[in-house]
Order: sequence, then structure tokens, then C-alpha cells
Amino acid sequence: MTLPRGWEMVVGLEVHTELKTATKMFCGCANAFGAQPNTRTCPVCLGLPGSLPVLNEQAVELAMAIGMALHSTIAPSTFHRKNYFYPDMPKDFQISQYDLPINVGGYLDLPDGSRVSIERAHLEEDTGKSTHLGGSGRLHGADRSLVDYNRSGVPLVEIVSAPDIRSSAQARTYASELRGILIATGASDGRMEEGSMRIDANVSVRKSGDPFGTRCEIKNLNSLRSLHRAIDYEALRQVELLESGGVVRQETRHWDENLLETSTMRVKEEAEDYRYFREPDLVDLAPDQQWQDRVRAALPPMPAERRARLSTRLVDPTEAQLDAVEVVIDLGLDPYVHAAVDQGVDPAIALARAANELAGALAVVARLAPESFVETLKMEQSGALSATQAKTVLSALLDGGGNPRSIAAAMGFEQLSSDSLGATVADLIEQHPDEWARYRDGDDKLAQFFIGQVMKVTKGQANGKAVVAELQSRR
Amino acid sequence: MKSARQIAHDVRSGASTAVEELAMALEVVKARNEELNVFLHIDEEGAIRAASRVDELVAQGARVGPLAGVPIALKDNLCQRGVPTTCSSRILEGWRPPYSATVVERVIDAGAVPVGKTNLDEFAMGSSTETSAFGPTRNPLDPTRVPGGSSGGSAAAVAAGMTPLALGSDTGGSIRQPAALCGLVGLKPTYGLVSRYGLVAFASSLDQIGPFAKNVADAALLLEVIAGHDPMDSTSLPEPAPDLMSHLGDGVAGKRIGYVRELVEGADDDIVAAVARAVEVLRDAGATIVELSIPELHLGLSAYYLIAPAEASSNLARYDGVRYGLRVDADDVAAMNEATRSAGFGAEVKRRIMLGTYALSAGYYDAYYGQALKVRTQMIAAFHRAYQQADLLIGATTPSVAFRLGEKISNPMSMYLSDVFTIPTNLAGEAAVSVPFGSGEAGLPIGVQLLGPGRSEAQLLAAARVLEEAEGRS
Repeated sequence: MTLPRGWEMVVGLEVHTELKTATKMFCGCANAFGAQPNTRTCPVCLGLPGSLPVLNEQAVELAMAIGMALHSTIAPSTFHRKNYFYPDMPKDFQISQYDLPINVGGYLDLPDGSRVSIERAHLEEDTGKSTHLGGSGRLHGADRSLVDYNRSGVPLVEIVSAPDIRSSAQARTYASELRGILIATGASDGRMEEGSMRIDANVSVRKSGDPFGTRCEIKNLNSLRSLHRAIDYEALRQVELLESGGVVRQETRHWDENLLETSTMRVKEEAEDYRYFREPDLVDLAPDQQWQDRVRAALPPMPAERRARLSTRLVDPTEAQLDAVEVVIDLGLDPYVHAAVDQGVDPAIALARAANELAGALAVVARLAPESFVETLKMEQSGALSATQAKTVLSALLDGGGNPRSIAAAMGFEQLSSDSLGATVADLIEQHPDEWARYRDGDDKLAQFFIGQVMKVTKGQANGKAVVAELQSRR
Repeated sequence: MKSARQIAHDVRSGASTAVEELAMALEVVKARNEELNVFLHIDEEGAIRAASRVDELVAQGARVGPLAGVPIALKDNLCQRGVPTTCSSRILEGWRPPYSATVVERVIDAGAVPVGKTNLDEFAMGSSTETSAFGPTRNPLDPTRVPGGSSGGSAAAVAAGMTPLALGSDTGGSIRQPAALCGLVGLKPTYGLVSRYGLVAFASSLDQIGPFAKNVADAALLLEVIAGHDPMDSTSLPEPAPDLMSHLGDGVAGKRIGYVRELVEGADDDIVAAVARAVEVLRDAGATIVELSIPELHLGLSAYYLIAPAEASSNLARYDGVRYGLRVDADDVAAMNEATRSAGFGAEVKRRIMLGTYALSAGYYDAYYGQALKVRTQMIAAFHRAYQQADLLIGATTPSVAFRLGEKISNPMSMYLSDVFTIPTNLAGEAAVSVPFGSGEAGLPIGVQLLGPGRSEAQLLAAARVLEEAEGRS
């Protein structure tokens, strides 16, 4: 979408990501999604009287890893209490970082060549989760509300960008690239649909060259598509408002995914006074150089670097292959591709199998040893397996593991590569003398006919290239 | 009543049993609790079980701790698993914590027998135990008078001979002031020396748990048991409990003791005289007396009444009717929160929540809370300077002896002034002990306060012991 002529949108994003720690931020409860409600709780994350928080070291390490990936400065930091009443927040305050966050400054370079500055990336705890029954499904007007505190105290990092973003597409790319970084650092699984990554967008508009306009904050966008649409809607709303002589009110807005529009949640005058003050139950956090060095040394390559490395293996990549590169990087499947290409497999085949077969079985892909992947693709490339057979073998490997050669043998695939294919082709030539004569006389199209017949007889288990080779040897 | 050390000795040696010691304690509790309103909950069954376990261990020849069979009273802001914990507030009525405070686990592990939960000013906010939602506690030495507060119930339990030991908490003087008013030894440890895990928070940066006892040695014994690092409290000092018992006889010879003008200013004449006499005793025992003025101490009360309520306004937010304790139903969640808190909190708690909320509000933060934090920093610096000139400081614990019930409850400012000498130590995060020394109006006990820098507990107790011996009471 483009705004009417002369208008420019200014966007800054606040991305909240749950950290993939073993335990919660301030207690020993398991940090796990999907358990029975209120089974992952203890006196600390229920905020029972007398309980005290103790900071999770792993949460600090993951927060530092995020900061390092974003070129932030790791700074001595403190925790504050953000005070407000809400039933899913058991202490009625949230422990967060305020004026002294752990990660200060930084930037993220996007694949389109643009750079978005990072203001800060700080640690805080998540709240519980409310379910409102009856009414509109929101707290106001609900008949009953149920609260699940399993999420209460799960560690979060909030990454705040500068207002450097100028289009919804750029916002989407930023969020997607950031998501890749969060996954690569091991900080998050990046599952937006499960709420492990949530985005607030600050949107304003201005005539190009003017100072920033008044911004509105759109809360809790939980998919890249919503982010894109909500920003477009909101920017256009503000332009139309201004062009019709109105003024933009600073407020917090809610994105309705069904109505595809934003609406007022609360205006600035109603904004809460959070009465921030230093959390007296926690001590200052100042990771020493040794600790920082250890975290930095353990950082894996980030998506931009991996994307570049994968792309160099492709010659004149097609649009589809570039999409496949995105998928493979996004899902962290590039080590499979590199392993295969290193062993002489055609990069196009390796990329395609990773982006399709492996990506389609992401939940179990960890079961597949890279060597088995390479072995299967080598068999495909040598003609020992057809493309269809190679996919079947991969699927069997993903289902239950094992050795690719034994699986292919057990499925009867390998027999076709030798004498039996020759015998099948000989039989077919005998049964179809006219077609054979035309083929022998140079009509190559007839090869397709014979491949089809072989496939029918072998129930799809033959390799097309091998059939052609067999036909040519008899021409 | 026997001392805690004597009881532990008798129980370990087989001269008596924990069950017998408990029975004697319960006899006094039952005889006097109705009149004095010391215990909000008497956990007779739990106590019998705990005492029997100690006796079994002794019978088996197993190792038993230094508090073997010693009955102990717990202030009702300390969580004990399965035992009602109210903080003397309607808002927590009926709540039974599913876990125990670290100090409660430690005293039980050391063989002590918790007898029950003692009355306090609601959420420890007060200096007379009169703000309790469950009625005031009376001073065992004169039931027309208050025992002090906020740990008034714990002080009264020891003063009445119900238990030889009790645990209290001290945010601005809540152990030392009632100890003074009831004629006991009461100690506020260095911030972080004793774990706060399981202490229902009033003002987190000021709260410390500490001991009440009839004599210095018993107080030292209990403090040794509860002190030492706890991984459940991030502000806990990273070191084991100090050795206090073996330094009790160290005396004060060669020590410099600062006699601080501001720590007796405005106190009743007999109290000023008692402190002067204590100074002479210490001088006679070989200490060098240094007269000091620390003008910053005047700022303590004002800073405290911003910092403590600010933290309290946040700490007490969780009592919202959603998860535990009182709930007063209403049309929606916000109205339910409001109805619950309106009905559940008493006047003093509400006053401090409002004060603290105001002090932290946008536009007022810098003028109030921010300013108070600066004063706190100045206070720490002032103490630091004083401790260049003196090893310990001396002054009064309270401006007056025990006052009458109702005398100050309608005037918050005059009540707040009862803590004027004790508050600075909390702001500085340092240690202080109140030790009975002499008597004043109507023969009521006077407390002399010894103050020291962080981790000075052994020196403080040794100095307190000198005063105690001079009184012939050790």
C-alpha cells in the first residue's frame, strides 16, 4: 500500500519475545507452553505473600545473546516495578527494566539493505493469561474470567526499535528478520501463533520532511500479516483524519482481525501512572566481561550471514529458489543443504528437498541425521532412486529413522536400477512394437510413453532417467 | 522461666523432654493469652508433633540442634506451612501458606518448637500493636499499657514467660522498640544477614527478621540459627552465619563508643539518664567514649515515612481478592478489588498505601520518593563517617517507656515519633540491639540502644552483654 501523495508513515516496533529458558524468570517452575492450567506455579510466580524473586541466569544469557546479535551494548542494569492492577498479574506489579536496561542501542540490517536502529532490549516477566467468558470476549463486560498463571513469570525480552521504519512492508521484514535472529540465538521459538512473540506498533504520519506527527500504539499484533495490515490501516486512518482537518489523538489502539480495523483502547489522559521504582527484592545486574565473552563465543551465525553463505552456493538462483533459501534459513535447515552440497550433491536438489520435504516435517526433523539426508540425495543424483523414491525414503527416515540404503532396499526400490529395469523395458518394447519403431526412428517424444508404461508396471518405482538410458541403449 | 540455652541443654541431656517444656509453655500461654491477646493462633497439635520429634531424636541418640525443645513464638507475618498467617489483617484471614519461611525452617531444623503466631500491628504498620484487626496486645508488665510494636505479640510472649524466644521483624524499629517497652533484648540484624523469604513484605528494602529473648546469650543463639545465606533471597548476604556465641564475652575494652546527641534528644529524662549511666558502665569496662553529633538523623523519620509507604503501596497491591484471603464480590473485577481492599485493610494500612502511592506518582516522585532516597544516601554516608570515629554508637531505643493503650492511636504523628531513634539503622541497612537497662516511670523498663555498622552483630552483643552484666541480669 502507498499513502496518498506527499505523506509518509513513521513506525517503531516493540517486539516482546518469550525466552526459551528451562525455568521461569524468578522461580524454578518449568517454562512450558500448553500444560494444564495452573500446574506450573509456585509461591513465587503466584506472588504469594512472603515470596521473593531470584533472577534466572539463563534468561540473562539469552537476553545478552539477543543484544549481541543486535549489536547492542551490554550495560549494567537494574529492575523496576511497574505497578498496575490486573487479575492475571499476581503481584499487581510487573518486574521489568526501566531506565537502565541490559541492552542499550544497536541496529538490525534488513535484507533490503535498510538499517533499523534499536533503542533497547530489556528483560521483564510475563503475566498470566486471562480467558473471558461471555460478553465480548474482553475483560470489560465479561460474565466470568478465568486466569491461568502458568505463563506468569515466564521471561520476556522487549526489543524496542527506533522510529526508523517507513512502510508496512519494511515493518514486516524487520519483524521477520528479528524473528530469525531470536530463533538463531536460541532465545525464542518465534511462534507468534502461540504468543511467544508479540508486537506493538507505534504509528504516526507526516508530510515528508515535517517533524514527527502524533503517534498511536497498536497493541498485541500476533502475526506478520496482522502487523502489515494494521500499520497500513492505521497510517491511512491518520492521513484521512488529518486531510479532513482533524487531529490525531495520542492513544492506544486495538487491532480487530475480523473487522480489519483498529479502534481506541484508551486515550493518553486515561493512561496509567505505573509508579515505577527500583525493585528492592532484586540486586543490580552487571554481567562481567568473562560472562559476556562466554555468551558471545557461543553465538551461532545470524540469519543474514547464513543467507549469504547459502546463496553463494546457487548459480543464478531463480525466484523460487530465493524463496526456498528464505524458508531454509528461517527454519534453520541450512546445515542439511551445506552437508549435501559439500558431498557433491546438486545445490538445487539439496535446497529443494530441504525447503519441501524437511520443512514439511519440522517437528521431527531433528531425528534425521545430516549423513542420511546426504546419502539419500546422492542415491537420487546417481539415478539409483527416482525423485519420488528419494522423497519416500526421506519421509520414512523422518518417520522412524534408519539407514537410507536399507529403507530403499526394503521398499524394493533398488532392484529396479539393475537387471529388472532392463527386463521390464524389453517386455514393453515387445508389447508396443509400433511405438518402439517410431522412437527408434528418432521420435524422442515416445520416450515419455515408455516411461509412463514402466511407471505403471513398477507402480512408480522406476527412475525416469534410468528408463531413458535403457531405451537409448537399445535404440 | 528457664533460658533457651538451659532448656536446650536439659532436653539434649535428658534432664527434661521437649514435650514437658512445651507443656509448661502452653500452660502459661493458656493462663494469660485471653487477657494479653498475644497469640492469634496457637498451634498446639503442630507444636506437640514438633516436640515429640525432638524427643525421638534425643532418644535415638541422633544429633539435635542448638534449640532442641525450645518453645518459640512466631510473629504472624512469617509464613509457616499449613498454619494461618494473617499479618493481623482481615484481608488475609483464613489464608494458610503452602510453604514455610526460611527462618521458620531453620528454627525447626535447630530443634525449636513453634507454639503459634503472635499479634502485630496490621502488616507491621504501627508501634503499639493497636492497629491489629484482631485487637491490641497488652504489655505483660502492665496490662493497661502497650507492648510496643509492631512485633508486640512476640515481645509480650517472651515478657510473659510464655516462650523464652520469639521472632519478630523490624522495618523501622519493630523489634527494638517493643523489646525496650517489655524489658527484653531485641536485635535488628544487618540487612541481608537473615533471609526474608517467607516474611510477608511491608517495606522490602528495610525489613529484617530478628530475635527477642530475655537475655543477650539467648538472642545470640537464635540469631546464629536464623542467619546465613539463603539462595531464595537475592538480597541475602553471600556468607554463612557469623559466630556470635564465642564472642559474647569479648567485652568493650579498647572499643570506641560514640555517644550520639541526636539519639537521646527529646527522650524522657529518666531515659536520658539511663543512657548516660550505660555510657559510664561501658567506660568503666574499658571503652573510650566519643561524644558525637549526627545531624542527618533528624531527617530519618521523614525519609522513612516516604520510602516505607512507597514500597508498601506496591507490596500490598496483591491483596486484591483474586487469589486468596478476603474477597468482597462486586459487579466487575475493578469494583471487586476496590470493595475487597476497602473492607480488608484497616485505617493505618490505608493511610500508608495512599501516602506511598502519592509519593511514587508521576509529578510527585522527584519531590517525595526521589528526595527520600537522597536522604537515605546521606544517612548512610553520615553513619559511615561516624564509624570512622567510633566502633559502635549508643543512644536510647525509645523516647519514653511503655505508653498506655489508646494514648497515641488517634495521633499518627506522635505514634510515628516512637520510632525516631530506631529508624536510621533501617535506612542505613545496619545493625542495632536494644538491651534493658534500668527502669523509668512506674518501674517500667528502659531500653538502651547500641548501633553498629553492617556485620557488627558480634560486637553489639558483646557490648550489650556488658550492660546486662552490670544490671546483674545475665
